[in-house]
Amino acid sequence: MTVQKAIDKFVEKTGAKVASYLDACVRCGLCAQACQYHEATGDPRHAPVMKFQPLQQAYQASKDPLSPLWRMIGRAPKKVTEEELSDWQDLIYDSCSMCGRCTLACPMGIDIASLVWVMREGMSEVGLVPPEITKMAHAARDTGSPIGVTAKKLRKILDDVEKKYDVKMHLDKPHAEVLLLDSSLDYEAYQPTLAAMAKILDRLGIDWSFSSKGYEASNLGLFSGEESIARTMVERITEAAEDMGAKTVLAPECGHGYGSIRWEAPNLLGRELPFEVLHIVEFLARMHKEGRLKLKPESRALTYHDPCKLGRRGGVFEEPREMMRDLVTDYREMKPGGVTNWCCGGGGGVVVIESARKLQLESFKIKMDQVEKTGAEGVVMSCAFCHMTFDKSSEHFKWDKKIEDMVQMVERQMID
Amino acid sequence: MGFVGFVEGPLFYIAAAIFALAAAWRVFGLIRMGRKPDISPPKGSATAGFIKGNLRHFLPRGMFARRTWIHIVGGYAFHLGLFVLFFFGAFHIDFIKQYLGISWTPLPRWGFILASEIAFAGLIVLWVRRFSDPVMRLISDRDDHIGTWLTFLVMLTGCLALQQSHEVLRGIHMLFVDIWLIYFPFSRLMHAFTFVLSRGHTGATYGRKGMNP
Repeated sequence: MTVQKAIDKFVEKTGAKVASYLDACVRCGLCAQACQYHEATGDPRHAPVMKFQPLQQAYQASKDPLSPLWRMIGRAPKKVTEEELSDWQDLIYDSCSMCGRCTLACPMGIDIASLVWVMREGMSEVGLVPPEITKMAHAARDTGSPIGVTAKKLRKILDDVEKKYDVKMHLDKPHAEVLLLDSSLDYEAYQPTLAAMAKILDRLGIDWSFSSKGYEASNLGLFSGEESIARTMVERITEAAEDMGAKTVLAPECGHGYGSIRWEAPNLLGRELPFEVLHIVEFLARMHKEGRLKLKPESRALTYHDPCKLGRRGGVFEEPREMMRDLVTDYREMKPGGVTNWCCGGGGGVVVIESARKLQLESFKIKMDQVEKTGAEGVVMSCAFCHMTFDKSSEHFKWDKKIEDMVQMVERQMID
Repeated sequence: MGFVGFVEGPLFYIAAAIFALAAAWRVFGLIRMGRKPDISPPKGSATAGFIKGNLRHFLPRGMFARRTWIHIVGGYAFHLGLFVLFFFGAFHIDFIKQYLGISWTPLPRWGFILASEIAFAGLIVLWVRRFSDPVMRLISDRDDHIGTWLTFLVMLTGCLALQQSHEVLRGIHMLFVDIWLIYFPFSRLMHAFTFVLSRGHTGATYGRKGMNP
């Protein structure tokens, strides 16, 4: 391993924003209490402030405005070593979902998640990405999907869904106004959600289609730290939308997939995009507001889990609540909820990392406790990654709460 | 030139110059690094977010304050106490008037003493947490302790000089002030300036996303 490559990446990615974070940290440790992994284990190593120490070390050694002085007087921090970086792998991948909750507790307002992203970029330069994430990120780059859903396979999946759920799955429809994306999790594991999206759009009279050129919303490059993969993924979607002439790109129930195409894509590609990007729930809430989507509420008590990448990192809070209030007669808010909601513990790729399994399950106890305290019979979400984390964890704990996808509920309760 | 004349004269000028130049170098160095403009279509204002982010983080969220209330109370006590005693202590106002020609109404003596006690209590709480809290113990380094102790000594010698019974006590206070000024821009004490940038960057990012957490 050439540790210098990681250090070079740390330095390259440290601009005014990252540097101001690294400079402002007073090591008060108040971020610890906001982190589910720290709270679940009580291990001080899991405090968010620990996670960016190698980055801070590299910054102070070579990019800090005072670093020439430190070098001149022989007081420059020692170079980050190969061993240190290896030791940090679990802190950067296993015990950080980049949920951003720690920022809310930080008196300096440091966005530690963005520092972890820079750390991941450096780690990926020297092959320190957990093998599960590497495998999926590279599969996404090479096949179009992290689990190998190629364009050819997509056609077959859509055909199967058409037959099984009695819905038309449009693919490569010329000049469709809306390009619909989905994540491989839905293509393979949560096909009822895939079918539900298609049914809703058809019933609303939307001119929509999937594209075999760009159909994968998830972006594992944003988990591994490989910016080139992240760029490739959004490039495919962008080109697909432009070829189609789509006015809108609809991101599915995938928190980071939404952030990837909504907030990251223009910056990764270095240009503005000629279409609007909406999360499916944002779109449904808009239809609801315009009176085009009417719902029949169910007499149930349910709560809503804010996916971190959609809420805290994406800015979508009100729309899902607006839907929930019309989907059930007894909507119950989690405490804390909204922007301070606890992460499910599986985001940022954590749920697929085998070595993180125990920690993820421990952190999920916080989530279970939150849901239990609402007294609701189940929890609704709008992120397939969260859904997978809930499913896997519920199975482990034999937890009996209903886990629902918002899109499926909308499809079920739509009034024509 | 005697000891007091030296620490209030040449050494103070040197210390103040180092403080101003190095602090400015560091802040402008941070700003000069630049950042790529965010070209994703905004849902809200980055500028408003910058301001809101700065204001919002002055107040802790209740849920985070519950368990670490002692740290938060200590932090407020120290920072507010220090602000009051520095800007409203009669001797400090006289000192500032001597150099800048401006002055304002000072606190009465009892107010100064109260502010000092509050600041001392806060600083001690923060320092004790450096080794009593497992996270702070793990992440604290020499700089954190030096910064705390220097600030403590500046405040302590300031109180000793309050009676003005011996000129040399004021000289000792000024000596520590000079050392503190020289140390400040090379340490984490710089957070007194850089917090604006840090909170601002986060606030601007959130502001563009149409929220202000």
